[in-house]
Amino acid sequence: MLESFDLSLVNWSRAQFALTAMYHWIFVPLTLGLGFILAFMETRYVQTGDPEWKRITKFWMKLFGINFAIGVATGIILEFEFGTNWSNYSWFVGDIFGAPLAIEGIMAFFLESTFIAVMFFGWNKVSKRAHLISTWLVAVGANLSAVWILVANAWMQNPRGMKFNPDTARNEMVNFWDVILSPTAVTKFLHTTTSGFVLAAVFVVGISAWFLLKRREILFAKRSMVVASTFGIISSIMLIATGDSSAREMAEIQPMKFAAMEALYDGQTNAPLIAIGLIGDTQQDPMDSTAREDFKIKIEIPNALSYMAFLKADAFVPGIKDLVLGNEKHGIMSYKEKIKRGYVAQQTLIQYKKAKKENSADLSMLRAKFEDQEWLDNNFAYFGYGSYFDPDPTILEENAFKMVPPISLSFYSFHIMVILGGHFLLLFIVVLWLLFKNKLANNKIILWTALWTIPFAYIASEAGWVVAEVGRQPWVVQDLMTTAMAVSQIDTMSVMITFWLFAFTFTALLIAEIKIMTKQIKTGPTKQGGKQ
Amino acid sequence: MFGDLSHLELQQYWWFLISLLGALLVFLMFVQGGQTLLSALGKTKDEKTILVNALGRKWEFTFTTLVTFGGAFFASFPLFYSTSFGGAYWVWMIILFAFIIQAISYEFRSRPSNVYGAKTYEAFLFINGLIGTVFIGTAVATFFTGSNFSVNEYNQSKWDTVYHGLELALNPHNLALGLTVFFLARVLAIQYFMNAIDHDAILKRAHKQLLINGVLFVVLFLTFTVWLMLRDGFAVNPDTKEVFMQPYKYFNNLIEMPLVAIGFLIGVILVLYGMASSYLKPSTKGIWFSGPGTVLTVLMLFLLAGYNNTSFYPSVTSLQSSLTIENASSSHYTLTAMSYVSLMIPFVIAYIWYAWRAVNNRRIDQDEIESDDLHVY
Repeated sequence: MLESFDLSLVNWSRAQFALTAMYHWIFVPLTLGLGFILAFMETRYVQTGDPEWKRITKFWMKLFGINFAIGVATGIILEFEFGTNWSNYSWFVGDIFGAPLAIEGIMAFFLESTFIAVMFFGWNKVSKRAHLISTWLVAVGANLSAVWILVANAWMQNPRGMKFNPDTARNEMVNFWDVILSPTAVTKFLHTTTSGFVLAAVFVVGISAWFLLKRREILFAKRSMVVASTFGIISSIMLIATGDSSAREMAEIQPMKFAAMEALYDGQTNAPLIAIGLIGDTQQDPMDSTAREDFKIKIEIPNALSYMAFLKADAFVPGIKDLVLGNEKHGIMSYKEKIKRGYVAQQTLIQYKKAKKENSADLSMLRAKFEDQEWLDNNFAYFGYGSYFDPDPTILEENAFKMVPPISLSFYSFHIMVILGGHFLLLFIVVLWLLFKNKLANNKIILWTALWTIPFAYIASEAGWVVAEVGRQPWVVQDLMTTAMAVSQIDTMSVMITFWLFAFTFTALLIAEIKIMTKQIKTGPTKQGGKQ
Repeated sequence: MFGDLSHLELQQYWWFLISLLGALLVFLMFVQGGQTLLSALGKTKDEKTILVNALGRKWEFTFTTLVTFGGAFFASFPLFYSTSFGGAYWVWMIILFAFIIQAISYEFRSRPSNVYGAKTYEAFLFINGLIGTVFIGTAVATFFTGSNFSVNEYNQSKWDTVYHGLELALNPHNLALGLTVFFLARVLAIQYFMNAIDHDAILKRAHKQLLINGVLFVVLFLTFTVWLMLRDGFAVNPDTKEVFMQPYKYFNNLIEMPLVAIGFLIGVILVLYGMASSYLKPSTKGIWFSGPGTVLTVLMLFLLAGYNNTSFYPSVTSLQSSLTIENASSSHYTLTAMSYVSLMIPFVIAYIWYAWRAVNNRRIDQDEIESDDLHVY
């Protein structure tokens, strides 16, 4: 089965999707968070009537606009890429996946783009109050867009609320609420949006710190910092809490992703959490492509991983090996077995299609299987695994190990994300405390730290994307469809060309964006009542 | 409420909504048309800035409509989404590319340190205006002329040429619609400028441009329409669902769906009346006729392609792979759920209307561009 896939096509298609999604994700978090920060600032302006607050709002709004434009530019491609590069995916789950995408457009994008026009062009045209409402609606609209795309993404990680229809050869939605209110969707939304809030807060704190370092716009900088660091503290706490529940959920529905991000090779009870670690070198093992030596360096927190995953210090956390080879004691089915069952499901579908064409006697018997819950749970639930089937048991076992996601990438991304998340919370607390004590303006170390934290906020954010998306490989839809099954049948050359086209264009646009942004920051907020 | 409708009724309802979105998109592409007229209508830096700002507060509507059109098509007719986007890869990639470079151009064009200079961003806007209109028009024309793809029993599709859709742009019938949309977008843009801008020199040039673009539009539109009425169409046997070629199919559709025919005629008359009054009087209100006229005409064209047992996305290489609103649609359940979501559309249109009026309540002139309290592009 595996050899029938064109791996270079799959990999280039994945590379293109990763490139465009990660570029888009540079700009989205700032939009999500800065929208609310603007709304708080403008609310202060309307409450106090103090024109300084209006200056503050307008300065950050300008940066918001620059960032928003490139966010939109990098976003449009993603909406269509499911079709252009993942055409089989679009059909196989389009009946479920398309809906949130459409709702996103109808409900959120229009809200955002309509009120952004009022926000930017309406200062002298609508009342103060109407303008304030518009600013709030932009923030809400931006976050609503995030809801729907994250619902869609969560569904791929934890598919539910659907049933397979062998006649159309696709999954069909049977419960809308199961799709949108799945716990995965809720935690994913909260974790992702709050990560955006934190990034935006770091951005505002960092740039304000630069103004303090330059001894310019002291009042402006301090006020911006109060708003941003307060918002940052609240968001960070939510971010950590949702990260925690997200980990617990992952341990249950995507144990392999969980094991990979901790590089947990052999499962254990009372599993420790690696706080900081350096993964060992890969071992030569003809069967097991994932084998590695032990950590070169590690600092562990005893029992913490078991507790994080199952809220019990002595719980068993399955490792990569347990998941692939199975572990009877703990009731874990091996990948080999799942592959065999998935193969049965795939073959049944093929037979059904054949029987339908020939109108053979088996037709109703085969059709009935797809209605039989037990058969569905025992076989169809592993449909995607079937692509790794091979009649030779040695190759089958080798194939099973090919289903392990990249371990170092998952491990390091996860740990970088967590460590930086802690750093951000600490920074906000220190900044707010020093502001309160009126000692911040002279504390150069903290100010420089705040400024240099900005790039790290972006690194943490992208690392989060890597954990979520690389860690779930090879699945595009967990257990049902691999990326190789999902890809559009086009020639690899075409995808390579578009990959480089986007890589070049987005980089060129990013350079322009950063230049414009830094110029705008250096120019500073407009002078009171005059042109800048 | 929607749950009681039959699957076919829901499919028809959603084809109507897709058609409406497509029609609104074509109207809103006046932004693209305007982008191709920047140097023809604006000779000085300030004049160009006025034009860019008149379009700059509207471009996001067009953009968002395009994105929503894609999303709604995916949700309601996923087989079209997977077949067309994955197959006519290059056509869609070129269209998307043209929209990527548009999205940053307004914001970046007049900002200091924008690296590539204002001219580059104006060139981006021109490219978007040209490619966006011509390619989208061409793509829509394939609803009538057919494409080269096949769909297997698992509904997985494959494009049958190595050009991945580029070959469609060379078909003269498709190109006729592509160019029609291009010149229509320019005509609408001129009428929008007449309505939104208060600047003598610009308006004088716009008036002159209206004639040439209007004439070209009418000639191309007639060419496309007459051709369409005379050609064979992709009909579906309602009992066997077999697709076959039928002479004068689209003309027959007009006759068999008199409401569509009437809507089409009214739409065309409104567009022509709007153009004539903008040119002859000259009136600033022409857009209020040509705009709704465009929406009505395009809506009816889409309905011609999908209703009355017609294949809306036909394949010429594998006739039985052709997509119809029945075989390409989402399940009854999903269409029902999405139909409830569609009840939000009137509400969305209402706030767009409010915002449009609020931002355009005064015509744009030199003073506005120089005022401080404004986000100038």
